[in-house]
Amino acid sequence: MKILVCISHVPDTTSKINFTDNNTKFDSNGVQFIIGPYDDYALARAVELKEASGASVTVLNVGLGDTEPTLRKALAIGADDAVRVNAEPADSFFVAKQIAEHARSVGYDLILMGRESIDYNGGAVHGIVGELLGIPSVSPVMKLDIEGTKAKLAREIEGGKEYLEVNLPFVAGCQEPIAEWKIPNMRGIMSARTKPLKVVEPVAVDSGIKLRQFELPPPKGAVKMIPADNVQELVSLLKSEAKVL
Amino acid sequence: MNILVFVESADGKVKKNSLEAVAYAHAMGGNVTAIALGNVDKADLGSLGTYGAKKVLHAADAKLNQGIIQAYASVIAKAFQDENADVLVLADSSLGTPVAARIAAKLDASLASNVVALPDTTAGFVVKRSIFTGKAFARVELTKPKKVIGIKKNAAVVSQVGSPCAVTPYAVPLAETDFATTITSSEKATGEVLLPEANIVVSGGRGMKGPEHWGMLEELAKTLHAATGCSKPVSDMGWRPHHEHVGQTGVKVAPQLYIAVGISGAIQHLAGVNSSKCIVVINKDPEAPFFKAADYGIVGDAFDILPKLNEAIKAAR
Repeated sequence: MKILVCISHVPDTTSKINFTDNNTKFDSNGVQFIIGPYDDYALARAVELKEASGASVTVLNVGLGDTEPTLRKALAIGADDAVRVNAEPADSFFVAKQIAEHARSVGYDLILMGRESIDYNGGAVHGIVGELLGIPSVSPVMKLDIEGTKAKLAREIEGGKEYLEVNLPFVAGCQEPIAEWKIPNMRGIMSARTKPLKVVEPVAVDSGIKLRQFELPPPKGAVKMIPADNVQELVSLLKSEAKVL
Repeated sequence: MNILVFVESADGKVKKNSLEAVAYAHAMGGNVTAIALGNVDKADLGSLGTYGAKKVLHAADAKLNQGIIQAYASVIAKAFQDENADVLVLADSSLGTPVAARIAAKLDASLASNVVALPDTTAGFVVKRSIFTGKAFARVELTKPKKVIGIKKNAAVVSQVGSPCAVTPYAVPLAETDFATTITSSEKATGEVLLPEANIVVSGGRGMKGPEHWGMLEELAKTLHAATGCSKPVSDMGWRPHHEHVGQTGVKVAPQLYIAVGISGAIQHLAGVNSSKCIVVINKDPEAPFFKAADYGIVGDAFDILPKLNEAIKAAR
């Protein structure tokens, strides 16, 4: 079984977000980049499937050269080889088109990725890839088991979950608790250095999105502390000041 | 401008977030048609006229009773073309967001999800969307003639602007290939306020000391007609189900009021609540980082404060 895991290269969840160039560029100064947390779940599940049944795991990222450490980390976690599509990930459609192009040329049984990236939170790439390849897409997937040519999935819905069955190949946008995040061990880190990382050039995409400007939310006002023995005051503030009761 | 709105349903009733989608489309100004799929209450559909729909299409084929992403995308994309629509509006959700992605690909449309405000059409078609999990916004121009917009909760105010409208059956041929996914069963909490739709959320963290103490939070939630949520450790330890986990990798909420009890306020948790209008933090640790993100705070013992707060709210309502 061939599995493709698509990962995003995103600012660490604890990063402070800033912009430069009159709020038109993300300020990567001092920001640590990680594998997208949802993508990390997808990767962990793929590696579990590999360990259980001998699948091959290819990891793919659409990004410029600075994303290679992130790809190497995925190799250290257990992917067999990596592909970097050498382009700035302009929008969901752009990224999906690159993934679909690569997937078509190789032919994967399973394409996994996170339910969304944590930078632009589009949550659209899996669906677009599915559509471009003409195969099912399911998201957000919290459980995934393979039985022969079929997969049994659980998908989170508002207030619960639903259980699905789908034949391979398909695309899944993953989230917890599909697997436990894996931390690379020393052997993984050593072997990742020599695993193949192929760089391919992007296909042209007619993008439908143009960034005008970034914006930060207004700063939060100071917290108003209320004594523990005066919950009545809290209630009246929620009513008359915040107007939320 | 012709606007099509995908109206989601649960247990045969129109979902609250979809009313916001109809209200959003109406506020955009244009000819609003709503489409609902599967088994949905007719009167409920007709009432969409009250919120701004001129017409409601109902694809009532029983095969659409379950939310199959591929099939839904095909039916809605077909309606988009049949109605000569320019824009599709829907509420972002576990179904709406993935469906929107496939529709945008089918129609070769510009796609924006997590949209928080009405489009600015003074020069081009510009929407403001939430990015970096609520830590920032981006104004993006949708440049293609066809557009698909997923709205975040509270992007529009639901108000009564008209009267009930006619519901037209929408018959559409369904392709067998769109049903490659089968839903075998589902589990759903019943009779509760759903977390992503709730106007008030009462959330508990490790400070609640164990699942056996959740009754106190549930009592308060009941008084407030609120949903209950929890922090990641609480869901990881199995004290509460995963669909109640609020945070970076869980549910992102945008209620009017978020009450956090015994949650320290890790940045990953804040990412799930930063779109809330008002945040109340109750924690016995005065140094809990959550206080910095709160509007109101109480330092004290949750087990002591919760019942008192519940009584005070009951008395005030």
